[in-house]
Amino acid sequence: MSEETKTSLNRREFFSFLAVGWITFGAATAGMASLIFRFLYPNVVFEPAMDFIAGFPDDYAEGVDERWKNGFGVWIYKKDGRLVAMSNICTHLGCIPTWLPAESKFKCPCHGSGYYPNGINFEGPAPRPLERFKILRNPEGKIIVDKTKVFRYEKGEWNNDGAYIDV
Amino acid sequence: MSEGFAKKVANTQVWKAIFRHGPPNNARNRAAVVAGNVFLHLHPIKLKKSGVQLGYTWCMGGLTFFVFLALTVTGVLLMFYYRPTAEYAFTDIIGLREHVPLGIMRELHRWGAHLMVITVWIHMFRVFMTGSYKPPREFNWGVGVVLLILTMLLSFTGYLLPWDQLAIWAITVGSNMAKATPFAGHGGPGAALAKIGDFVMVSDKNDVRFQLLGGRFVGEAALLRFYILHCVFIPLVVAILIAVHFWRVRKDGGISAPL
Repeated sequence: MSEETKTSLNRREFFSFLAVGWITFGAATAGMASLIFRFLYPNVVFEPAMDFIAGFPDDYAEGVDERWKNGFGVWIYKKDGRLVAMSNICTHLGCIPTWLPAESKFKCPCHGSGYYPNGINFEGPAPRPLERFKILRNPEGKIIVDKTKVFRYEKGEWNNDGAYIDV
Repeated sequence: MSEGFAKKVANTQVWKAIFRHGPPNNARNRAAVVAGNVFLHLHPIKLKKSGVQLGYTWCMGGLTFFVFLALTVTGVLLMFYYRPTAEYAFTDIIGLREHVPLGIMRELHRWGAHLMVITVWIHMFRVFMTGSYKPPREFNWGVGVVLLILTMLLSFTGYLLPWDQLAIWAITVGSNMAKATPFAGHGGPGAALAKIGDFVMVSDKNDVRFQLLGGRFVGEAALLRFYILHCVFIPLVVAILIAVHFWRVRKDGGISAPL
C-alpha cells in the first residue's frame, strides 16, 4: 500500500461509518417518535371527579332521580328498597339519553336507543343495559358514588357487593 | 417594435435570474417554461389528446385539487376570527356569519368541504371505471386511497370546530368507535387480555381514544386537538401526498390515457 491510500478511507471503513450513521439516525428518529407519542398523553386532565357524595338515601323518592345527571353523569334509581347509581352514557355509542317521565323510559337522541327505568335496553341499537356504578354509605350514612368501579348486567354483576345499597 | 422590446426584456439578466430560461420561441424554451415554473412543473409538458377530453376524465381530480386550494384559502381566512376554546368557539362561528364582512366565507369553507368529498368519490369512480388503477398506476391508486381517508378525516375533525350540540355528539359517536380498536382501544378485542392481576393496562385513561381526545370525553382538550389536526397536521400530510400523487401521474404515463 502506498502512503496516500492509508490516509484516506478504504471501502470497509466507509461502510462502517455509513452503518454507524444509519444506526444513530434510526435511533434518534425512533427516540423522537416515542417522545412525541408519550407527549400526546397528558398527565393531568381537567375533568370532573370520579366520585362524589350524593346525600342521604331518604332524600330520594321511588323511581328515577336526575339531580346528579349534570356534572356527574349519574341517575339515582330507587325501587323496592334498593338504591342504585346508573351511568347516563348510552351503551351504543356514548351519547346521553333523556329521561322521559311521561313514557317512563330513557331515550337516546342520537340513534333512538330506549331503556326501561332500571336501565335495561328494550329498543334501538343499544347492545346492553346502562352500566351501574359502585355505591356505598360513609360512616355518616351518606351515599358515596364511585364511578371508577362499574357493574354490568350482562356479566351478572348487578347483585354484587357495592352494586346497590338497601334502604 | 413591441416584439423586439419583449425579446429585450426576456434577455435581461433580471428576467433570466427569475425565470431561468429565454423567451419561449423554440421547443426547448417552451418546455422550460413549464418545467421551470414552480406552479406548473407538476403539469406534464405534453398531454395526450384523451387526457384533456372532459368526456373521458370528467376533470374530477383537477376539481378536487381546486376545491382543496379554495378550502386552504378560506380556512386560513377563518383562522383570523376563530378561537378554538370552549368559551369562544361557538360564538366565534356565529360571529363569522353575523359580525364579519362577507359572512359567506364560512359557508364557502363548509360547502367546499362537502364538495371536496363528493368530487373525490366521483374522481375515484372515474379512475375505477376507466381502469386507470391498473399497473403501472397501482401505487398511485394506493396514494389516492390514503388521500380519500385523509379527506374524510379533514371533514371529521372540522365537524367538531363549531362546538354546537350536533358537533359534540357526532364526535362523541365517532370517537367512541376508536374504543373498538384491537388491543389499543379499551373496548376492543384483546384489551381484556392486557391485564396483570387486577391492573388493567388498556383503560379509558390511556387508550387510543384518550390520545385522540386528550381526555375521557369530548371536552376542551379534544377541541384544541381537533383544531390542530384540522388546520395544520392533516393538511400538511395531504399537501405532501398530493405532490406525490401528481408526480406519479406524470411518471406513470400522464392523465389516464390508455397505455
